[in-house]
Amino acid sequence: MQSSAHPAGAGPVPRLAGHFASLEVQNHAARLGMWLFLSTEVLLFAGLFACYACYRFLFPEAFAEASRSLDLVMGTVNTVVLITSSLTAALAVHYAKEGKNNLVALMFTLTLVMAAAFLVIKGFEYSHKIHDGALPGKYYHYAKIQTAGAPIFYTVYFMATGLHAFHVTIGMGVLLWLTIRAVRQKNFGPNNYVAVELGSMYWHLVDLVWIFLFPLLYLI
Amino acid sequence: MTPSNSTTAEGALPAQDPHHGDHHAHPSYLVDGTTIKSWLLTVDHKRIGLMYLGAVLFFFLIGGIFAMSIRLELLTPGPTVMDAMTYNRAFTLHGIIMIFLFMIPAIPAAFGNFVLPLMLGAKDVAFPKLNLASFYIYMTGALFAVWGMLNGGLDTGWTFYAPYSTHTTTTVAPVLFGAFIIGFSSIATGLNFIVTVHTMRAPGITWFKLPLFVWAAYATSCIQVLATPVIGLLMLLVIGENLFNIGMFDPARGGDPVLFQHLFWFYSHPAVYIMVLPSFGVMSEIVATYSRKNIFGYRAVAYSSIGIAFVGFFAWGHHMFVSGQSTFDAGVFGVLTMLVGVFTAIKVFNWVGTVYKGAVDFKTPFAYFCGFLFFTVFGGMTGIALGTTSLDIPWHDTYFVVAHFHFIMVGATIMGFLAALHYWFPKMFGRMYHEGWGLVSAALIILGFNATFIPQFLLGNAGMPRRYYDYPERFQALNVASTAGASLLAFGFIIIAIYLTHALVYGRASGKNPWRSKGYEWTSESPPPTHNFVGPQPTYPEEPHFYVDPKKAEVPDAV
Repeated sequence: MQSSAHPAGAGPVPRLAGHFASLEVQNHAARLGMWLFLSTEVLLFAGLFACYACYRFLFPEAFAEASRSLDLVMGTVNTVVLITSSLTAALAVHYAKEGKNNLVALMFTLTLVMAAAFLVIKGFEYSHKIHDGALPGKYYHYAKIQTAGAPIFYTVYFMATGLHAFHVTIGMGVLLWLTIRAVRQKNFGPNNYVAVELGSMYWHLVDLVWIFLFPLLYLI
Repeated sequence: MTPSNSTTAEGALPAQDPHHGDHHAHPSYLVDGTTIKSWLLTVDHKRIGLMYLGAVLFFFLIGGIFAMSIRLELLTPGPTVMDAMTYNRAFTLHGIIMIFLFMIPAIPAAFGNFVLPLMLGAKDVAFPKLNLASFYIYMTGALFAVWGMLNGGLDTGWTFYAPYSTHTTTTVAPVLFGAFIIGFSSIATGLNFIVTVHTMRAPGITWFKLPLFVWAAYATSCIQVLATPVIGLLMLLVIGENLFNIGMFDPARGGDPVLFQHLFWFYSHPAVYIMVLPSFGVMSEIVATYSRKNIFGYRAVAYSSIGIAFVGFFAWGHHMFVSGQSTFDAGVFGVLTMLVGVFTAIKVFNWVGTVYKGAVDFKTPFAYFCGFLFFTVFGGMTGIALGTTSLDIPWHDTYFVVAHFHFIMVGATIMGFLAALHYWFPKMFGRMYHEGWGLVSAALIILGFNATFIPQFLLGNAGMPRRYYDYPERFQALNVASTAGASLLAFGFIIIAIYLTHALVYGRASGKNPWRSKGYEWTSESPPPTHNFVGPQPTYPEEPHFYVDPKKAEVPDAV
């Protein structure tokens, strides 16, 4: 969105796009746009939650049994890692408002490291499950759990965590771009932090979705 | 609040504005930059609107050709011009092209893009680059869909019902992926419009001074933003099912095909209002302009748009009365469905109240308004009938349903689309079309439409199922009547194509406001300059559609 477009060497005030009446209006538009976008993201996952609810109702035993087969330790570690990464993302906004560009870059780098750690742990979990034969649909041959409906649990599991991991990857791209801007242009400041704020908002969404996925898939 | 001229010149549209510092030259958006690149990379909402218009008209032609091929095949029982599989592909492609590529983007993306910022006194939409991206996302999705169709096509019907769509050997995945991509375009346009209405209104335009087309576009955008992600996810699941057998909707693996239907109609029922609400908005503008009267019950018309959008989200279950749904659920969904009729009736009565004792100027757009009123009331009433469980069960999946949704969703939308095309043609191109031919083709189209679909109501009531390739001898007379009507309809469209193309080149100059409309968009030049308004941002002290009492004959002069 154009609120982030500005010529190199400009001061810490973002450029006002010609069709907006004032900077306030432009920032308001950018925030409103992001909130709307995040609501569509929530609804995208809501479709999967609806699938989860429906099949959990149809196959309560299989869902309970398959849920216990997931690695609770890895899931918990991942939850802690992702929530902490959300904290550093929030701190980046705080430092951007104070114009401390180096700290913004540091906080986002920490966030990116934790995001990468999250994906690596997720990868281990996936490889265990694939090794066990818990791939969904016609590839399902998990000897330990043969209850009717268990393959559907893994379909939901792989679709939901896969879609979430895709969002993590996109979010990492966004944060990386913001980190590079903080390092190269050093122009985040009290008047120019909306881009950082919006990037962090997206990251909080990724975190929020996981906070729903973790109990649904691992705990209950 | 008014941005300085220097900000404007160095603003978001530098490539489109070769007149830096020269504030005396204000060429229209049509000639401000004439290279191919200046069109393809434009961020001007008017040019993007025109590109959308070109694209939707192209897909309308393709979808129409498929429609005629279906009607031709059904002229006689048994094979007529194609085999059964080709017929299945033809009606599927007709549905997919018409719904995803024509009707959903037609009015919002083409005319909405063009007039919405003008109606708000804004220089552009809130996110011009996103707007251009939305157009290219739409074209990318269309390419995927067309590629899939050329490489075998698919035979599922546009509804892609599982488990058939997950097992058919035809090309489902690329077409579904195309529809998935088009969904993003729809979301982007909707998001852009919502933010534009919230942040870009000129000083003086409060919420209850918004033109009614803006209210309708706003309500439509809310549906686009809130419903489309759900079908996006569903498309992903069906693609996964079709390519990798993930088992989500496959009963053999514990999946539930009825869940597919819930998720599908959660989008696709509100999608009907994505198609028809903008048409309601167009009609609110037109009825006031050509009756020379302030709209009757402005607030009721505005609120009812939001009401339809809201209730539309809770009516999807009426597509599933025969899916094993409980009687209680069916009853609830039936009642919620009928509430849509209440909100639509509010609009219809207010439109009629506006025409009452108005000084009616019977121009082509008003002719379409008359057709629209009939299609909306007739289509709406058959919708109420279909929302009644006991009646829906015998009519389910018969031609009665086909005729119903063509009346309300196609008839009302096409009337709105053609009315908008004629009403805003002078605004867009600064030229007038031939009024006589306009009225002739309107008459042909309204008659042709009735002749096509009224026989289908009768066919459905007599028990002819939809999507069937063959039928008993006794249905032939009505099928012949329907095909004859479709030919008349096609003839009407050909006439429109000829005289509008002629008007583009040879039409006389329209002047700023040929309809002497009080709509905000007509305060700008026709065609408007690149940044919509010359000089400072306009202000609007009067309410929209503010026409004085026609008895006092104080209408604004044509400029």
